[in-house]
Amino acid sequence: MAQIFAYILHKDGVVDDTALELAAAAKKIDAGATPNAIVVGAGDALDGVCNDMAASFGEVWKVANDALTYPDAEIVRNLLANILPADSTVLFAHEHLGMDLAPGLSVKLDAAFVPDVVDIEGADGSTLKLVRQEFGGAVSAHVNCDASQGAVMTIRPGVFAADESKSAGGQVVDKSAEAGDLAATRKFLEIVEAEAGDVDITKSEVLVSCGRGIEDEENLEIAFDLAKAMGADVSCSRPIVDAKWLPKARQVGTSGQTVKPKVYLACGISGSFQHMGGIKGNPFIVAINKNAKAPIFQVADVGIVTDMLDFLPELTEKIEEL
Amino acid sequence: MEPALLSPAAYKFFHIPTALFAFLIPLVGMCAFAYIMKRRIDPLLKAAPDKRFDRILARLWAVAKIWLAQWRQPRYMMAGVIHIFIFAGFLVLSIRSTTLVIIGFWESFTFPGFSGTLGHVYNVFKDFAATWVLIACVVAAIRRGIFRPERYAVPAHYGKDHTGEAVFVLALISTLMISESLFEATLAAAQIQQLQPAEFVAPGTLAWLFRNMLIDEPIARLQSMHITAYFIHDLTFFFFLCFLPLGKHFHVITSLFNVFFMRLERGNVKPVKHGVGDDQLDDLESFGVKKFEDFTWKHMLDFYSCADCGRCSDNCPANAVKRPLSPRFISIKGRDYAFANYPLVGADVIKDDTYQLIGDIYSEDEIWSCTTCGACEQECPLGIEYIDKIVDLRRGMVDEGNVPQSLQKPLGALEKRGNPWGKMEKKRSEWVKEIAEEAPVKLFEKGATADTLYFVDSISSYDDRMQGIAQATARILSKAGIDFGILGKLEKDSGNEVRRFGEEMLFQDLKAQNTEAILEAGVKRIVTADPHAYNALRKDYENLPPVEHISELIRKEIESGRLPLTAANGDGKVYTYHDPCYLGRHNQLYEDPRRVLDAIPGLTRVEMSRSGDRSFCCGGGGLMLFYEPEEEQRMGVLRVDMAAKAGANVIVTACPFCLVNIEDAIKVAGLEGKMEAIDLCELVAQHLAA
Amino acid sequence: MEILVCVKRVPDTSENEIELNGAGNDIDRDDLVYSVNEWDNYAVEEALQIVDKVGGSVTVISVGDDESEEVLRREMAMGADKGILLSDDAFENVDGRGIATILKAAVEKGNYDLIFTGAQADDGAAQVGGMLAAMLDVPFASLVNTIEVNGDKLKIGREIEGGNQEMYEIGLPCVLSIQTGINEPRYVGIRGIRKVASVEIPTLGAADLGLDAAAVGASAARVQRTDYFLPEMGDGAEILEGSTEEIIDKLVELLKAKGGLK
Repeated sequence: MAQIFAYILHKDGVVDDTALELAAAAKKIDAGATPNAIVVGAGDALDGVCNDMAASFGEVWKVANDALTYPDAEIVRNLLANILPADSTVLFAHEHLGMDLAPGLSVKLDAAFVPDVVDIEGADGSTLKLVRQEFGGAVSAHVNCDASQGAVMTIRPGVFAADESKSAGGQVVDKSAEAGDLAATRKFLEIVEAEAGDVDITKSEVLVSCGRGIEDEENLEIAFDLAKAMGADVSCSRPIVDAKWLPKARQVGTSGQTVKPKVYLACGISGSFQHMGGIKGNPFIVAINKNAKAPIFQVADVGIVTDMLDFLPELTEKIEEL
Repeated sequence: MEPALLSPAAYKFFHIPTALFAFLIPLVGMCAFAYIMKRRIDPLLKAAPDKRFDRILARLWAVAKIWLAQWRQPRYMMAGVIHIFIFAGFLVLSIRSTTLVIIGFWESFTFPGFSGTLGHVYNVFKDFAATWVLIACVVAAIRRGIFRPERYAVPAHYGKDHTGEAVFVLALISTLMISESLFEATLAAAQIQQLQPAEFVAPGTLAWLFRNMLIDEPIARLQSMHITAYFIHDLTFFFFLCFLPLGKHFHVITSLFNVFFMRLERGNVKPVKHGVGDDQLDDLESFGVKKFEDFTWKHMLDFYSCADCGRCSDNCPANAVKRPLSPRFISIKGRDYAFANYPLVGADVIKDDTYQLIGDIYSEDEIWSCTTCGACEQECPLGIEYIDKIVDLRRGMVDEGNVPQSLQKPLGALEKRGNPWGKMEKKRSEWVKEIAEEAPVKLFEKGATADTLYFVDSISSYDDRMQGIAQATARILSKAGIDFGILGKLEKDSGNEVRRFGEEMLFQDLKAQNTEAILEAGVKRIVTADPHAYNALRKDYENLPPVEHISELIRKEIESGRLPLTAANGDGKVYTYHDPCYLGRHNQLYEDPRRVLDAIPGLTRVEMSRSGDRSFCCGGGGLMLFYEPEEEQRMGVLRVDMAAKAGANVIVTACPFCLVNIEDAIKVAGLEGKMEAIDLCELVAQHLAA
Repeated sequence: MEILVCVKRVPDTSENEIELNGAGNDIDRDDLVYSVNEWDNYAVEEALQIVDKVGGSVTVISVGDDESEEVLRREMAMGADKGILLSDDAFENVDGRGIATILKAAVEKGNYDLIFTGAQADDGAAQVGGMLAAMLDVPFASLVNTIEVNGDKLKIGREIEGGNQEMYEIGLPCVLSIQTGINEPRYVGIRGIRKVASVEIPTLGAADLGLDAAAVGASAARVQRTDYFLPEMGDGAEILEGSTEEIIDKLVELLKAKGGLK
């Protein structure tokens, strides 16, 4: 079996949760293999990250260069094409960096490409047996991938439990010299931060979150009333922000804010993975939705099948009486 | 015998016969007026065609009722009475005014037929007319200038206040009355002094007052006052005539024509272009109104005819909830545009494509805010139309792809699935399953046949709550022993709002599909519980069997004894009936639902102050449910407050959209438990005797 | 500016209920309605707005069967100047790499400054844009949510987490995959579609594109879906039952216990 690599996401010396999830995914491809990690960046924090990862991966390939201070997907893609051995399998997290570089990388490596993998059933020789979802998550599909000439895959964050075993005892290998020319045909300018909202939901402990079930901008009032009674903040899913009923700062999701509350009320939210991807830390999730088949009921702790527009005002009333 | 005073025809002013001026002033005045009218008519010649010369008798009747008898004026009693007095006075005095102009240079002129007794009777009558006109003007001026009723106010973003112009015109009219009366009074006073037979001046009139005040004035003074009064009248008259087409008093001239040409039918919508049949629509270059000249000549005449009275906006529900729409200003802005670009002096300015009617004159939200309820058209004493203009403006926007995102989804769903929620066709008849035992419903889609088609339409088919209306209707039809069926998945949305939101071709599509399915089913009549469907099938579709609203059917069945009802249980419920716009105003169906309610023994019913043709729109139906308007509150909430004020705790509606909006409003207004809403069919179904 | 927008005909997820068919190897396609992929529609609108400002033309292109023509026509009704259909029996069941290869051949027959794809489509793969750029050896950026044209360079923004944006300067020619929300697409009515009903849309097959059918066809696909299935539902949430009052009481107890009430 060819080597398996995992691309490690990190920022300011903090390793992203997906790193160990990729380690777990790699084990599912080949239980006996020890995957390698790839860590690119610049500055002092880089070594710390590499050493961290050495506990979980066979080899940690480090590429350090000032041009990588901000990881531009194009530069990373080019250097990976230079340092990766032929026929390797490379894993990325399915987030904006992975989405930016992985498809093109598969072409440069002449490898197969499978995006947004949600489960790995194993390998049959060089054929990987994978599971993906289609139609917005409505159905799943079994996918076979011919990895004989290499494979590039992006793994959905959160589907694999992080491999915390830290039993790999690996070494850090400096591959900076092999990276090649780190020029790019596109020039990174800056990060533009989203406007800070009036409320920082990433710090909230209790959230009342609304989705399409709110139906109308005017109904948001019932969510704010409930939040007030509970001492909570109001957040929402993407459609509410797209309709401009609430500012982006209130959106929970992979393209919005990442929240770590203790209690999360998902009201009229279907539970798409993009939304749930913004919830970390395993809060107590209450799902209120009139569609008994909504995916949210799979991930929630407690569910109530009812119309949130009827239910929330009654709940508010009860709490106010306490 | 020497005349007591020299008439203007005989008088000389520094050796110049004043008859000359008396001749020139009208000449110049008429020429100026003709020129101004020509400039004003110019844009109408470039306008889109309109078919307004049909049904002449009906039009003459409209003129007699709405123009001559001022039928709509008393809906606002104070202003209405004042206006009736001024209008009647003008009509009466028209003869006197004409005579006055001519005797200035042709002394012995009398109006044909008015030389004998009739002339004397008229002279007395006209004195009263001049008097009451003056009194009315003074009252009006005080009302406009000091009390300033709300509906005349001009919100800042629409420009300057109009009170100045209003009071100025009242001053001009007053001047005419005063100068005419003075002219008469001075002669009468002189005649009395000279012991000559004087024309009888009725006591209590203005002329009588002046004559008594002037009775002792020296002849010379009387003479100069006589001539001065004449020329003040003459100049003011022609100034006023030329001033009319410059502002809101243009209606004095255009009102007769505007009412003659007003729409005779309600609830229907003008074709995309008069003269172009539905099958020729594909050949048209452009749909709707995108530039000013795309309006029809009658719509431009409407702009001219607006008297700025504000009654339309006062009754407009969108205006009441502070949406950016005020019908009055649709007219005023249109008129101002016409005046600015078709000026009296200089060349006509036909704007190029960079000038957008939507954007520069009207805003998009202004035009999308209209629920097409028709309250404005019901109220307007001049027969001005708004719905067709708004539909045309919407057609123009749709043609340019300029549709709000919130409407694009339901329109797409209507195109693909025949209903705005995009639900599957085969689920359209799911609601029949629940009542299958009690009231089995035949499905034409499965090949059944029946006499009557129950056209359910989209919301009653798919919405969880509104399916209750469909089920209640089916139970009633079943109980009355009527042989009926539904189209099921063959039925598409009736398209009432699709058309009124400007998507004409999608409407044509839905109409074609529905018509084919209905004719295939071979039914003899159609009944529906949805007023929007009722309206579309009756007014927008062609060649269909007769269409009835369920309330008409229920009434007939009750009155013939085929539908006995149990009594109301008298548990303190006070009912009020809310007239849906598409049943009431647009289709004149006010009585039947009320008779049905009153047929339930012991049911207590009250009327809201705004009922019948003054009913207040619930918020709109069809596509309006999806539009996100800018408003301060919901129309439904205002309506629920009106019901509470009338002492009711149950609102009965006969339209699923009214029910949606009102039930919603009850929650938003926090009146759950204190107010409830129910559909007429649901109420009747509850009271069906076993 | 000559812009090429790659569009795909997909089942409309919001207007359809996606269910497995009887055999369990595909979804039930009988009652499905199809339309243009939502992301692609945003891309076409963006292209039209750019051309409105700087001149040029917009071409829409699709790899599919005859029915994909309806989607090309709809985008042309929206304002695209030309449409091209890439269709051949050999293209059936190709994988994402295959699609990119086919598109590359078509791109090389034209002379485009800018190529758009939607950020993703119904299969959520989000791959064709990146692959196409790598094959053409031109710069690429995904999840683009803002574009500013500055002569022969573009200033673009990519959507990353937290509502933030990565800003880049990118030269032409390049490939960009477009994220929803970048603009407000204009409405396309039935009338617009009827107006373009008879406009010619050329169809190119493998031979026209100079492609070896074996190299792009299903047999060359290294990634293949074997079936569709519905995953077993896990235990999921504990559904609270009873009257509304009972449910609320229970919920309030739980919230108190978990620290949800302050």
